[in-house]
Amino acid sequence: MAVAHAAEEGALPVDVRMRLYEEMVLSRVFETEAERQYKAAKIGGYCHLSSGQEATTVGVVEALEPDDLLVTGYRCHGFALARGVSPEAVMAELFGRSDGCAHGRGGSMHLLDVGRGFYGGWGIVAGQLPVATGLALALVRQGRSQAVVCELGDGAVNMGAWHESLNLAALWHLPIVFLIVNNEYGMGTSVGRASAEPELWRRAGAHRMHGERVDGDDLDAVLEASRRLLQGARDERRPAVLEAVTYRYRGHSVADAGLAYRTREEIAERRSSDPLVRVREQLRDAGVSEAELEDVDRRADERVRAAVEFADASPEPDVSRLAAAMYAPGSAEQFERMRPGSAFGEEQLVFDAGLGS
Amino acid sequence: MTTATVTPTTPGATEVMTYREALRLAMREELARDERVFIMGEEVGLFEGSYKVTAGLMDEFGPDRVRDTPISEEGFVGAGVGAAMLGERPIVEIMTINFLLVAMDQVINHAAKVGAMFGGEVRCPLVIRTPGGAGNQLTAQHSQSLEGWFASTPGLKVVAPANPADAKGLLKAAVRDEDPVLVVENLPLYKQKGEVPLDPEHVTPIGRAQVVREGSDLTIVAHSYAVTRSLEVAGQLAEEGISAEVVDLRSLRPLDVETVAASVARTNRALCVEEGWPSYGVTAEIAARIGKACFDDLDAPVERVGMAEVPLPYAKNLELAAMPGSERITAAARSVLNR
Repeated sequence: MAVAHAAEEGALPVDVRMRLYEEMVLSRVFETEAERQYKAAKIGGYCHLSSGQEATTVGVVEALEPDDLLVTGYRCHGFALARGVSPEAVMAELFGRSDGCAHGRGGSMHLLDVGRGFYGGWGIVAGQLPVATGLALALVRQGRSQAVVCELGDGAVNMGAWHESLNLAALWHLPIVFLIVNNEYGMGTSVGRASAEPELWRRAGAHRMHGERVDGDDLDAVLEASRRLLQGARDERRPAVLEAVTYRYRGHSVADAGLAYRTREEIAERRSSDPLVRVREQLRDAGVSEAELEDVDRRADERVRAAVEFADASPEPDVSRLAAAMYAPGSAEQFERMRPGSAFGEEQLVFDAGLGS
Repeated sequence: MTTATVTPTTPGATEVMTYREALRLAMREELARDERVFIMGEEVGLFEGSYKVTAGLMDEFGPDRVRDTPISEEGFVGAGVGAAMLGERPIVEIMTINFLLVAMDQVINHAAKVGAMFGGEVRCPLVIRTPGGAGNQLTAQHSQSLEGWFASTPGLKVVAPANPADAKGLLKAAVRDEDPVLVVENLPLYKQKGEVPLDPEHVTPIGRAQVVREGSDLTIVAHSYAVTRSLEVAGQLAEEGISAEVVDLRSLRPLDVETVAASVARTNRALCVEEGWPSYGVTAEIAARIGKACFDDLDAPVERVGMAEVPLPYAKNLELAAMPGSERITAAARSVLNR
């Protein structure tokens, strides 16, 4: 891969950096628009934004090979976009429409694209870790040489599932990299108030697993570490923990102003070392013109605007298919004798609405 | 690595074996049939299973396909979910259903949600098998029958074989199913013997109850070990000239209400029996459905018998008093019959 070759020499080619920058900008613009659409009541439920975390998201996903697998927690819009899911499919999912990547069944937290190896956006803190561990086990069983990246937040490392998953991954030599996106707050609880060992990567050592920390706002550092750890996972079945320290500009979710537990000054200070600005400076230094950089912004705006238009035009899912997909096609026969005595309306809403078909 | 072969058998041939052996045969056949099938759980390999259900399988199929795990139910149930999502056919053994509670998040929030929450883009053909049941002075934390909790969750399938033939047939059906299936086994049943079909292609369909004893005066609806108890009571009642029909649910989700309702339509009286606590339990569900589907057929209120609603005590006399024994089932049957 061109990227790998260039990174070995210590620098990303300008065209690659430009492409990654474009992905970072798209992610930022998308999140900004998602917040607007949430406030316009086009998006419901929870909506967790990742503005400020783009270098981590884009850097790690860039290190994935096409057949590698990705699993994330619920802050997953940026990961979906970076993995190549179209802004249309993501926005339509946020809008709860049938053209969404989960056909309106998942929403903001449950994006996925199996064709791109993205096995979901999961909503229970640390619940995705055992699942990702199982994906890695399946890769080994199937004799495949790929690896899994499992994203989690800094809050997830205090869950039992974290310890169980790391232990299994280390014990069984599974090809998996646990990516801690440490944005310094689990909801409103800072890492210092939640973790007796605030250097989260050190916990890998308890399982004799490699762990390390990178500046999650440094695209090159994230990419280099991710590539190296993924290579170890693929080639030598060496699991690892990568802690990327970053910052989320917005609250935990759109419903959280994000100011009860941190100061405006802190946010402003972190914004002053914005990962997008850092990459933009690098591109400028490499001779990219201001006009070209503005083109990137414009294209991102256009793509997100098109995504909103697409989502708006996409039909709502059909209520007559309410129960579809819950069980595998062919299961309807198993359920056909369950109708008598059902709760009022159940037959129409479930049995006649795609159950097991 | 797999060298095992399954001996061809005469069509319709059966053999008497225990419930435990029937489960083992089901797994042996499925391991031999499909490379994607593997077993994972605590003590399933070297130790040959806490209750010896998997005895000999690691020797035959190797440690990768009969995989010992640390005591990490949440971790390895979740690993089963992930492996299933990538096309494997994991059979996860949980030592007893009581320990499945520490993996509840993976069962309810993950396995059960995969199909619907991701819009049908990916499936989770996971099997979890685990025994419930009481009666050996195992006390409060190790004597529960919690299958109703799981059966109330859309996205899961739950089966509960009551005899060796169904133990084999339902486990095989679960392994071949495309959805997450919880196979609820039963500790007292492990040693029960019965005729088991030897045809490796024989499966017991999911979602089909079975009338295991015909009768005309009363329908007793039960699953798992409560079927054994109900058959015993039905036998005793027959000596008094009372003809009780016994329906073995076999499957709790999907639930075959049709077979239950057809029986009640003939007998006009229903008694629901379970090993679990009746409040919000399997019998609560069955009674509600009979009440609606069979309103015009009923000659008496539907009655229920289950575990006394206390954490199960240790002392033998207290344990026996709490369990849904023959005396209580018989008394409930008389009540339904107004005799």
